[in-house]
Amino acid sequence: MSIEWYVGLSAVLFAIGAAGLLSRRSPLVMLLCLEVMLNAANLALIAFARMHGNGDGQIFALIVMVVAACEVVVGLGLIVAIYRRALPIDIDRLSLLRDPVEEEGT
Amino acid sequence: MAEIVFFVAAIGALAGALAVVRAASPFYSVLWLVVHLISLAILFLALQAEFLAAAQLIVYAGAVMVLYVFVVSYVGGAEEPLQQGGAARALAPVFGVALALVLCLAVGGSMLTLIDTEGAKVGSGFGSPAAIGELLLTKFLLPFEVASFLLTVAAVAAVMLARRRRGLEPDDDLAASAAEGAEA
Repeated sequence: MSIEWYVGLSAVLFAIGAAGLLSRRSPLVMLLCLEVMLNAANLALIAFARMHGNGDGQIFALIVMVVAACEVVVGLGLIVAIYRRALPIDIDRLSLLRDPVEEEGT
Repeated sequence: MAEIVFFVAAIGALAGALAVVRAASPFYSVLWLVVHLISLAILFLALQAEFLAAAQLIVYAGAVMVLYVFVVSYVGGAEEPLQQGGAARALAPVFGVALALVLCLAVGGSMLTLIDTEGAKVGSGFGSPAAIGELLLTKFLLPFEVASFLLTVAAVAAVMLARRRRGLEPDDDLAASAAEGAEA
């Protein structure tokens, strides 16, 4: 298979993840869509590493995996903290930082 | 043979990603992401990134997804009606298609000479744990150490965020736990 196929696939996966990130309201599903986008980037990095026959791109992908794991841990910690405070888990209603006036009775 | 592996794994990855975006319940989204990640690990293997394929399976499809499943079952992921919200949200699929077209055009017009080939000639050791380990401990020692520091910071941050804090939570929960403590 030529490398072009892999890079094209990663472009389509990245677009799917971006569309999902914009269209969903649950922070949990938005984190999952972020995972899809990060993994699409990883696929492109590994495809280019194979294209050049150079291992540096694979190290880059490994570091992206580490950063993704950190992002998941902090994101899930935030979701658990939101749940503990009995706030709605819905990004449309979690708008205290944007417009404090519209916040009601929480 | 390589074509069959690529297309099977590519269809799995695409179907997994679409199902993650479209699934009504967060729990099914998590399960479809596991399908997506396993398909990507097969693609990594086809690109001779053996160590990364193994790391993908163990770290992502194993550990991170278990974390997601725990949080979804703790929070009780409510079903969310799709196609609700403002015009910006309805335009998301249009944006996705446009982004995919632009990225594919950029790849097609990139003028990279090697992109139409199967890649440079590499030995059988390419992407093996030994090769990755040597790179991590010689050329990329600093990023390796910074990554380990970042992981420590994230672990501490997660504990601080999810910790039980007095005065910030509904009182009945705390009162119940205090009563349990008094009885014991």
